[in-house]
Amino acid sequence: MSSLSRDEVAKLAALARIEMSESELAELSSQFGVILDAVARVQEMDLSAVKATSHPQPLANIARPDVVHPSLSVTEALSGAPAQEESRFRVPQILGEAE
Amino acid sequence: MIRQSASAMGEALAQGAITSVELTKAHLDRISEIDSDVKAFLHVDSEGALAQAAAVDARRKSGEKLSPLAGVPLALKDVLAQKDVPTTAGSKILQGWRPPYDATVVKKLKDAGVVIMGKTNMDEFAMGSSTENSGYGPTFNPWDLTRTPGGSSGGSSAAVASFQAPIAIGSDTGGSIRQPAALTGIVGVRPTYGAVSRYGLIAYSSSLDQAGPFGRTVLDTALLHEVIAGHDVKDATSINAPVPAVVQAAKSGDVKGMKIGVIKQLQGAGYQAGVQKRFNESLEILATLGAEIVEVDCPSFEYALAAYYLIAPSECSSNLARFDAMRYGLRTGDIDGASAEAVMSATRNAGFGREVKRRIILGTYALSSGYYDAYYGSAQKIRTLIIEDYAKAFKSADVLVSPTAPTTAYKIGEKVDDPMAMYLGDVATIPVNLAGICGMSLPAGLADEDNLPVGFQIMAPAMQDQRLYQAGAALEAALLSKWGAPLLSKAPVLAGHK
Repeated sequence: MSSLSRDEVAKLAALARIEMSESELAELSSQFGVILDAVARVQEMDLSAVKATSHPQPLANIARPDVVHPSLSVTEALSGAPAQEESRFRVPQILGEAE
Repeated sequence: MIRQSASAMGEALAQGAITSVELTKAHLDRISEIDSDVKAFLHVDSEGALAQAAAVDARRKSGEKLSPLAGVPLALKDVLAQKDVPTTAGSKILQGWRPPYDATVVKKLKDAGVVIMGKTNMDEFAMGSSTENSGYGPTFNPWDLTRTPGGSSGGSSAAVASFQAPIAIGSDTGGSIRQPAALTGIVGVRPTYGAVSRYGLIAYSSSLDQAGPFGRTVLDTALLHEVIAGHDVKDATSINAPVPAVVQAAKSGDVKGMKIGVIKQLQGAGYQAGVQKRFNESLEILATLGAEIVEVDCPSFEYALAAYYLIAPSECSSNLARFDAMRYGLRTGDIDGASAEAVMSATRNAGFGREVKRRIILGTYALSSGYYDAYYGSAQKIRTLIIEDYAKAFKSADVLVSPTAPTTAYKIGEKVDDPMAMYLGDVATIPVNLAGICGMSLPAGLADEDNLPVGFQIMAPAMQDQRLYQAGAALEAALLSKWGAPLLSKAPVLAGHK
């Protein structure tokens, strides 16, 4: 039986940038055993000689001609922004503490 | 009028027997009458729809040659971006977002004069099989309002089954068109991967996602398929080839001499008795119509569900990283001094629902170093084996068949706390997505034990979508003459209440 501890779930949540409550961490931790057991079935077969498929179509390096096309205006691109300033996206502090 | 087929509506419009404004109004009335019970729509764009309808009527009046579905109203799954119309993908994280552009599918619908009435409910980011994972509450099955209409495209299937729209668009990543079609007694097609542009389709699992049509008849579904399919330079995975002759196939509906392969692994144990019975009956009908029934063996399908629930969460954990609270969508916790990372984490916590979080965490785990080869890597190899199983099966059969879903529609709330039980409902639809081929579900009757619709699934090789319609139309015609009336005539008449 697989399992994932509360701390392991918390670490994954931090990596995925999702703040989670204690009750959510506990719920996910309790559900993950069953889910991991089910998906771990992919390891039952000998796959050493099998190639991986990342995509169902035999396509590679699709490029279009390098021609300028009309695209969104600044106003349109900013139309869904949670905050904006001087025709730019205004975002919270990205670098460490100011000063 | 609203109970007719979309093709009949198209003909009535072409003959001038009715205008698109009248037809659209009739459907908008139906929506306001019963959608408080069904809850198929997240947003109804009455004003926009009537303006589109008036524009089509004007185009027709000026003598312009229009497509067969011009002026026919449609319900659009909320996973597709429609310019200036609220688009949420069923998620609180996108509440209030109005896209500044149209998805290619939406552009094609508008060009064809199809009238988009509104956006339909869905499991958040298409992750689910019942619409219960919507951030805005579930949709209810028109056959029994205590049951799920399937998912993730349950709003679209419920809208079509309850005569709120004659046709609808859904998307199918692991069965999200075929399974809701099965559970509501209508027709749904997942086209070949790459046949319909994904530009403007909000991504869940990019190597599996594909938009497709719903209708109450095989021909209606084909007509809509033809409108939305085709190569698009805006989608690098779009197939540059002519659209298969799906409408012609739906009109011919002939299975004489066709080899139909029954997949050994997708029947029997685990399938509800009434589902299996209707499936077997349909096979007998196809044999009577001159098809040759053979059994095919696809041993790797046993691992398809496991592979899917690694590949899809892995891709989703990457795709949903774009919801970072910076450029569009929800932002919470943006108080003085809060870091971008803290705002991002708080927003993603507030904006994503339980299932989305569960899949992001599972995907993050499957892709993390030390586990990558054992989980994601193995799943990709299983994918290869499934493709090989199909290739071998299609050497002895023109199309493959199975029940679409192992059970009929289950009760709202029945499986919501047991994710694995919910995932098992996708067992018969998932292999199609992993292999990138096409599949259809059409109604095969009602299960004896619960009088709920059963879906019959047909699968065909990539870019052979016309075979689905050819076999589907033949079975549909035979069942119709057996029943004497369309299956939906047996559904409860929803009157609504004001």
